Amino acid sequence: MRKTFGDKVAVRNLSLTVRRGEIFGFLGPNGAGKSTSIKMLLGLARPTGGEAIVLGAPCDDVEVRRKIGFLPEDFRFYTWLTAAELLRLHGRLAGVSPQQLRQRVPELLDLVGLTPHREKRLRDFSKGMLQRIGLAQALIHEPELIFLDEPTSGLDPMGRRLVRDVIRAQRDRGVTVFLNSHLLSEVEITCDQVVFIKQGEVVGSHDLRAHPEGEIRVTARVHNLSRESLAGLSAWTTSADLRGDTLTLVTRANAALPEILRHLVASGADIFEFTPQRVSLEDLFLKIMGEDRGL
Amino acid sequence: MAGVTFREAARKKLLWTAFLAGAAFLSLFATGLHFQVKDLRISSVPPFIRNQIFTAMLQVGFYAVDLLAVIMTILTSVDTLSGEIASGTIQAIATKPISRWQILLGKWLGFSAMIAAYVVAMFGGVISVGRLIPGVLPQHPVRGGALIFLECLLVLTITFACGTRFSTLTNGVIVLGLHGIAFIGGWIEQIGALSSSPRLVTVGVISSLLMPSESVWRRASYEMQGSFVRTLQFSPFANASAPSPAMVGYAAVYALIALGIALYYFHRRDL
Repeated sequence: MRKTFGDKVAVRNLSLTVRRGEIFGFLGPNGAGKSTSIKMLLGLARPTGGEAIVLGAPCDDVEVRRKIGFLPEDFRFYTWLTAAELLRLHGRLAGVSPQQLRQRVPELLDLVGLTPHREKRLRDFSKGMLQRIGLAQALIHEPELIFLDEPTSGLDPMGRRLVRDVIRAQRDRGVTVFLNSHLLSEVEITCDQVVFIKQGEVVGSHDLRAHPEGEIRVTARVHNLSRESLAGLSAWTTSADLRGDTLTLVTRANAALPEILRHLVASGADIFEFTPQRVSLEDLFLKIMGEDRGL
Repeated sequence: MAGVTFREAARKKLLWTAFLAGAAFLSLFATGLHFQVKDLRISSVPPFIRNQIFTAMLQVGFYAVDLLAVIMTILTSVDTLSGEIASGTIQAIATKPISRWQILLGKWLGFSAMIAAYVVAMFGGVISVGRLIPGVLPQHPVRGGALIFLECLLVLTITFACGTRFSTLTNGVIVLGLHGIAFIGGWIEQIGALSSSPRLVTVGVISSLLMPSESVWRRASYEMQGSFVRTLQFSPFANASAPSPAMVGYAAVYALIALGIALYYFHRRDL
């Protein structure tokens, strides 16, 4: 997909596949085109070029939205509605029958911890409470796919925990979650798959399920390391590089660390230092995005 | 959507404030008429002339109702599309399984119902005051009321059409500006007709074609006056150059086209 506003390109060449049932993290710096992409997938914005298929239908299909829930970034709504009224209205718009709503509304208010505030008007809600009721309206019709645009913004640690639990509960129901977030540590604990976008283009992806520990980078100071034993490290590492007496290697499993040490010792190398360091999603993010955004 | 729009007006106390302002006007109007009836009874004005004066007063009342209704229409609806688009509120609605045209039409119907209630209450109020105090009734009150409602619908629809493209403030300036043109144009046309100046009439007609709201009012006023007053051109609301029924048809088509434009732009635009 492609989206331009005048001569400004918001989304350049976005190509994505999200598998059913997975929690998909959509990451990128501010202005990378994340929200615009989500809007196109939801039919809120018209792509300048390209197309998207969502749950087997074109993304501007009205009927497919029965199966889609959406929490917009910075959720706000008619301030004159009470929390319960808001949920009933969204339920009716989503095609839920009044009978079903009588059961769903209290359930959801309970889920997001707003039962004591059910008759309070939205104008008296804090930002965090608005975000919670926004999450509840996204779930009112039991969708198969949920788009969450910065769901934890404005939430306190309890609220963030709640969002995380809700996302996991949805995954257990087989729901696909498309998560757009800045908080990489959050993404790291919740997502199965992440994609990095920059200037409207996918610049990298990372399967968190295949490598739940992420990458481990080891910096070692070694003497007498032979070329053969350096080459032999490839059994456990994805890269190994020797410069002077500094050996830098990257491995994907914690369990490989003692194996690597044993291999080095057995090959007769002298080890003065061996420092494993976990590569967080944040490091990966910065690596992929480049440091050029440092202001 | 229509229901929630109607409820919004009621909940926001907007409608009630408008009704309160209307009630204040009605009591003022009733008091004025009451003293006028008293004064004219003392003086030796012939009953026929007296009746004409009351009929003219009634027109003043209708004119005030018309103005209040148009202003209320603009003020209540000017923010409904542009405001919700700007704040992002519309996003949670537009991603539900309803089409854009349903959202727009629902809102439009909600406002139409609210305006209908307002016009009925205010218009009915003036008629009741006229009936109870001096004991006069307008000619064709239903036609008159329907035309005032049509005028409000026209203004509402233009506000919607502009709301799909412009910010709330710009929208308000455009719609009020258009109504201003229609208002001035209406007077120019009247003066032109009274002073037999065809060029002034042409200027007035052109402004009415640009924005036919005031013409619809003048037709309503014409419908509600007796044939005698029309020929005498007695009251300030006499229609020296009354808009033809074709102008009413033009206004209706104008509103329909505006609705079409609103639907088209709302369907196409990014939210």
